[in-house]
Amino acid sequence: MPGSIRVFGWLEMARTADTLLEDIQGPTPGQMLRKRIFGHQGLLFGVAVLGLLLLVAIFAPLLAPHDPYAQDLLARMQPPVFLGGSWEHPLGTDHLGRDYLSRLIYGARISLLIGGFAALISGLIGTAMGVAAGYFGGRVDMAVTFLINVRLAMPVVLVALAIVAVFGGSLQVVILVLGFLLWDRFAVVMRSSTLQVRSREYVTAAQAIGCSTSRVILSEIMPNIVNNLIVVVTLEMAHAILLEAALSFLGLGVQPPTPSWGLMVSEGKQMMLFEPWLVAIPGITLFVLVLAINLLGDGLRDVTAPENRS
Amino acid sequence: MLNFILKRLGLAVLVALTVSAISFSLLFMAGDPAAALAGEQATDVDIEAIRRLYGFDRPMIVQYWEWLSRALQGDFGESYYFRLPVSDLIMERLSITMTLGVCGISFALLTAVPLGVVAAIRPNSLIDRFALFLSVMGQAMPSFWFGLMMIVVFSIQLNWLPPSGTKTWVHFIMPTIVLGYYAMPAIMRLTRAGMLDVLGSDYIRTARAKGAGEGRVLFKHALRNAIIPVVSLAAVQMGFMLGGSIVVESIFALHGAGYLAWESIGRNDLPTVQALILIFSMFYIVFTFLSDVLNAWLDPRIRVA
Amino acid sequence: MSEPVLSVRNLRLDIPTGAGTLHAVRGIDFDLERGETLCIVGESGSGKSLTSLAIMDLLSKRIERKADKLVFDGTDLTKAGAKKMRALRGDRMAMIFQEPMTSLNPAYTIGDQLMEALLLHRKVGKAEARRRAVELLEKVGITGAERRLSQYPHQLSGGLRQRVMIAMALMCEPELIIADEPTTALDVTIQAQILRLLVDLTREMNVAMILITHDLGVVARVADKVAVMYAGELVETGTAKKVFDAPMHPYTRGLLRCIPVPGKTERGSELGSIPGIVPSLVGKVSGCVFRTRCEEATEACRGEIPYRESAEGRHNFRCVHETGRRAGVEEPA
Repeated sequence: MPGSIRVFGWLEMARTADTLLEDIQGPTPGQMLRKRIFGHQGLLFGVAVLGLLLLVAIFAPLLAPHDPYAQDLLARMQPPVFLGGSWEHPLGTDHLGRDYLSRLIYGARISLLIGGFAALISGLIGTAMGVAAGYFGGRVDMAVTFLINVRLAMPVVLVALAIVAVFGGSLQVVILVLGFLLWDRFAVVMRSSTLQVRSREYVTAAQAIGCSTSRVILSEIMPNIVNNLIVVVTLEMAHAILLEAALSFLGLGVQPPTPSWGLMVSEGKQMMLFEPWLVAIPGITLFVLVLAINLLGDGLRDVTAPENRS
Repeated sequence: MLNFILKRLGLAVLVALTVSAISFSLLFMAGDPAAALAGEQATDVDIEAIRRLYGFDRPMIVQYWEWLSRALQGDFGESYYFRLPVSDLIMERLSITMTLGVCGISFALLTAVPLGVVAAIRPNSLIDRFALFLSVMGQAMPSFWFGLMMIVVFSIQLNWLPPSGTKTWVHFIMPTIVLGYYAMPAIMRLTRAGMLDVLGSDYIRTARAKGAGEGRVLFKHALRNAIIPVVSLAAVQMGFMLGGSIVVESIFALHGAGYLAWESIGRNDLPTVQALILIFSMFYIVFTFLSDVLNAWLDPRIRVA
Repeated sequence: MSEPVLSVRNLRLDIPTGAGTLHAVRGIDFDLERGETLCIVGESGSGKSLTSLAIMDLLSKRIERKADKLVFDGTDLTKAGAKKMRALRGDRMAMIFQEPMTSLNPAYTIGDQLMEALLLHRKVGKAEARRRAVELLEKVGITGAERRLSQYPHQLSGGLRQRVMIAMALMCEPELIIADEPTTALDVTIQAQILRLLVDLTREMNVAMILITHDLGVVARVADKVAVMYAGELVETGTAKKVFDAPMHPYTRGLLRCIPVPGKTERGSELGSIPGIVPSLVGKVSGCVFRTRCEEATEACRGEIPYRESAEGRHNFRCVHETGRRAGVEEPA
């Protein structure tokens, strides 16, 4: 072995010696992974908050104190408790007298549904394209790269708005539009990951013993790029949630009276001068949800690839 | 290098053609354009007359070709709503969007690059943590909400900055920050990662072994190499930002091209929407092409292949 | 004899780690005369590169450098500040690294990088620096030197790049060149050429050289002095002839057994190897570090190890045994 001139190389050597001596008592890879997970504050925060919001979304009917659609025009724009309101409406009521907390709780459903399904659809499209491009190369790669370029050239917000305007702003339409627009990062990342893995010896070995293409891709390539895939899933889920909120905010996403957080910001905007909390509250929940998903993604990347940590 | 540029140019043209076809087909996705053009009170006879007059009865490919050749000459047809040439409408508003885009990317670069460099020089320092905090916040904050909150604080509560309009440069402060902050996290992370990578490289040690001072090592030897990928990213972000300015323009009521796009979508003014999608795409394509050229010029491994 | 160009006494390098302090290099002593070539040999991780970087003051800030004496050309390096060190580096002392492929900055031309050291340290104009660069490129055997100046590193082969690195090190006519495994990353056919070039030029220009290598064949051909390093210590130092002809330390003997000698090593016979692994250097290190792998080890090896001078002088080794062998054991035939 040639002498390593890097200081870190030296350190590694010394550590290798250590672990060799102690390999019987030393921590197992599983223990080390667990240690990394529980030592990662961002990851823990992300998992905790996302888990909590997921529970809130699932048990929304049990948790919401009121019907999110029930209007009470006599009790409009009641302030939240911390601004002098009553516990009847802990987070106050909106301009139609609907309970803000209940709308917020049901809004978690919308955001998570859209984030989850949009990421699923775009993930299927993008992964198929990226893996095909990386594995087959040549013309397939050229075609996929071209499609990625076309997709990136189209202004997402504008195209999404235009399509929603044409087909109407139902939940399904928004999910489909986002799903068909946000596959680019999946394709880019999966393509480069596949390229890296494709030339490894174990893939060549599988090809050499006559495994079918689908078998090589599914059992040799996919397991080795799935951690990158998971990170992109979280990124795109966050992206889709933010985009849905922006579309709804612009009035061309999910339509009223659906309790979408972006729509709530948009409705609160009219009263912003006097009741800024109407805008602040749904924005904060949106921020916390996206933050949690991003931290989860960053954390997963750090934990699964510790050498990437700076 | 010439070969490289020609290849990129060819790709850019192909992408542009494809995007133009997609935005053209939007017109037909939306239903019968003749009916939309004729208005709500029109009879079937009127609609049929308009169909013939505008040539909607001809094959799609012929219409596309005609639309494209006109568009190349700057003629995007007439707006359904304003009954004015679309190109006039857009030209009038484009300067605001361009100003906003240039200000936004400048703001992003001027904050992200220095922060990224300092964070890389002193990893895990207070500044590094602050930079990480800023980028994590920026990635999670909905920009429309950030804009509204700025209005609440700086316009309503403090009364320091105007909440809307485009009269003076002061009007552009908040939109610039909101739009720039959108691009900042990615640029900062890439600068930091690139600098960290370069600072650990062998040629930096060579520079130190030659007796180069820290400033020279950082700026002449390290930054020059770390900045190359940042240039591409900034160009891509600039393209995204122009497309994304629609949100910022609607919050701060800046009557730019993004605002026009938003209004036109609401009014079903398809020729205008089509033209805007195409123009925003062209911006992206031109910026990425320019960044490829700039990259090739900055990186001798491409320039002198 | 004149003052040595480099004098090192009790050089220590400590690296703080999570598990405790790693005593990476301990108690290095040597002198290097003008124009002399010292080869430091040892296996990967024995601390040879750290030692050379410590002399250049190019270590990461995390690593603590201590020495009783570290004098280069009349300058006390232990007291020299960053500014003084910068003035010496590239001017009076230069370094050649292992990886020619990555040691040159991809963004600048060969000419820019060659001229940089001269422009930094001397009050010369660009034209003068350029002339010197061409002169040295020709000296290191690069044809078409003028044209090469405007080329970028990626346009040159590994061998050419290492020649450029050598020219770069010689730009300011230094007193000392440290070459850290300069040929390891090159093709075998190029290795000999580059090494020959390096040795010839340092002799011709009367430059002292520290050549770090793990190739004992190289050492035998070029070294005036040899220093054998093991686990952060110099276990044996001396003139090349003495160390090779009469190795005293059991580790040196083990190393020499590992290389075949044409005519001496029988066809089909087994080459030597040294069993075992390098011990951890985290925490307090006491006694002889080689005792865990040494054939001659006794209880006494856990104690204080004297630094001995062999009977003929100018040849030192660190061992409890007076002759480097356990008492009563005859050398195997």
